[in-house]
Amino acid sequence: MSAVAQGWLIPALTALVAALFLASLLIGPAAISPGESLRALILGDAGPLTVVMREIRLPRAILGLLVGAALGLSGAALQGYLRNPLAEPGLIGVSGAAALGAVIALQTGLAAAFALALPLLALTGAVAAVSLLLLLAGARGGALTLILAGIAVSALAGAATALVLNLSPNPFAAAEIVFWTMGSLADRSFTHVGLAAPFIMLGAALLLTLGPGLDALTLGEDAAEALGAGLTRVRLVLVAGVAAAVGAATAVAGAIGFVGLVVPHLLRPLVGARPSRLLPASALGGAAMVLAADIAVRLILPERDLKLGVLMALVGAPLFLHLIYRTRRDGGEGLR
Amino acid sequence: MSLLALDRLRVERGGCPVVDDVSFAVAAGECIGLIGPNGAGKTTLMRAALGLERHSGGSSLAGLRPAARARMAAFLPQARQIAWPVDVETLVGLGRLPHAGGGDREVVTGALRRMGLEGFRYRIATRLSGGEQARVLIARALAQEAPLLLADEPMAGLDPAHQIAGMEVFSGLAAEGRAVLMALHDLGLAARFCSRLLLMHQGRLVADGPPDAVLTEANLARVFRIRAFRAEGPDGPVVQPVAVLEGEA
Repeated sequence: MSAVAQGWLIPALTALVAALFLASLLIGPAAISPGESLRALILGDAGPLTVVMREIRLPRAILGLLVGAALGLSGAALQGYLRNPLAEPGLIGVSGAAALGAVIALQTGLAAAFALALPLLALTGAVAAVSLLLLLAGARGGALTLILAGIAVSALAGAATALVLNLSPNPFAAAEIVFWTMGSLADRSFTHVGLAAPFIMLGAALLLTLGPGLDALTLGEDAAEALGAGLTRVRLVLVAGVAAAVGAATAVAGAIGFVGLVVPHLLRPLVGARPSRLLPASALGGAAMVLAADIAVRLILPERDLKLGVLMALVGAPLFLHLIYRTRRDGGEGLR
Repeated sequence: MSLLALDRLRVERGGCPVVDDVSFAVAAGECIGLIGPNGAGKTTLMRAALGLERHSGGSSLAGLRPAARARMAAFLPQARQIAWPVDVETLVGLGRLPHAGGGDREVVTGALRRMGLEGFRYRIATRLSGGEQARVLIARALAQEAPLLLADEPMAGLDPAHQIAGMEVFSGLAAEGRAVLMALHDLGLAARFCSRLLLMHQGRLVADGPPDAVLTEANLARVFRIRAFRAEGPDGPVVQPVAVLEGEA
């Protein structure tokens, strides 16, 4: 039964992502027919439609794909490593620290003076979080140490972000910061794509190598180590991969939660719960979820700039509660 | 041929030796029971022998690269962890991770058959009973096909039939030219199925030899603080602890 399901899952998810990517290109406030849009995108006529397609919708769709894949893949890798279905990229403090970097860029006016300051500072935050995490959890710290260190880093980043808001000299800056932390893909350009893509691809390449190690960890740390998993390397690759992928995603899109939590949870039964198979599936699933949500914010309240992160939390949190309820009813496996 | 050689292996925790200058070698064909009261250092000894624990002294396995070590020795920890609801076939197949190359399905089938789990192949491992999970995890270690198997209390929680069947699987591995080193609490099983016993007490190896030479009245009294009924039955030696000894040794 499960073998059949696993055979078509990746092609089906790929087709879904492709369809949503296309839909993301074709749906927007400017009402243009699909054929016209695609002609303008591919052939190019130097008219305003080509500019809309190439400079606004294409980078937005690409970012949706990249950010979603980064979040989904990181969530699957973290859950596999911590053997805990409640883990998510925000847990080890990378999202929080990246957001702090971005908030500092907004607060100090650097972001206004220099467009790349915001993403660069966000990435710096992610790297700082990872360094602090390695210092706290050490090279041989177990899963529990990593969770505790992550909670500490998250709390610290959250407090520093609140401090920046607290000391904000004018309400407009504070409002800008608050809106940014809600997460969005609106008004992004190819500059953002160029900044995020290399980091997200590097992070994804690292995380996708973790399959065998995460599979071995199903048996616990001792058995995995005795199976030759090399947990020190697994931990370093995991933290570096998550920092690069989630740091870059947060840098260009702000804080978007629940993707890394819900996507692996939804897909786990479809891959026979095997962590290595969950990695590529969650990357595709995350891309599909973020692309779909980004289309939804354009359709639901086109005039009000509904934030992607807000919609994701509104949909994701109840969905996640339902998942927890169902898992509990089935005997609570995996939620110990 | 020696599959494991420990040379003055020592593990300290907070200045106290948990494993204290332990030396022995494991040869192919041996089925060794590692016995001793709670806290004697059996688990720590196995972990240190594999290089999972910081230690001084030598272990022939600890210096190997992880992948090479995994082809030399399989380890069955005492904690029976199955983190995800994978099916039994997938779980047992994890034993094939150190090996590159085909034939995995046949090996998994063989391991399942050995543990009497053929009917469980497509069942979800986390939904099995504790004893069934224990047998699935033993099958996982068997599928690793390492010359040496280190098992930490593999028979705990199994029903009598599966305890006997399990011990027969382990002594069968030894008869095939592999070796097994297992921590055990059941002295009766240890006496009947092991070719050699290692007795640990307060971190030190205090006796090493065939079961009848190790399970002496004096050793049982001094190390376990018990008296046991011992006899030679038609199916082999019988050792049944019957009373706790009072007072100091």
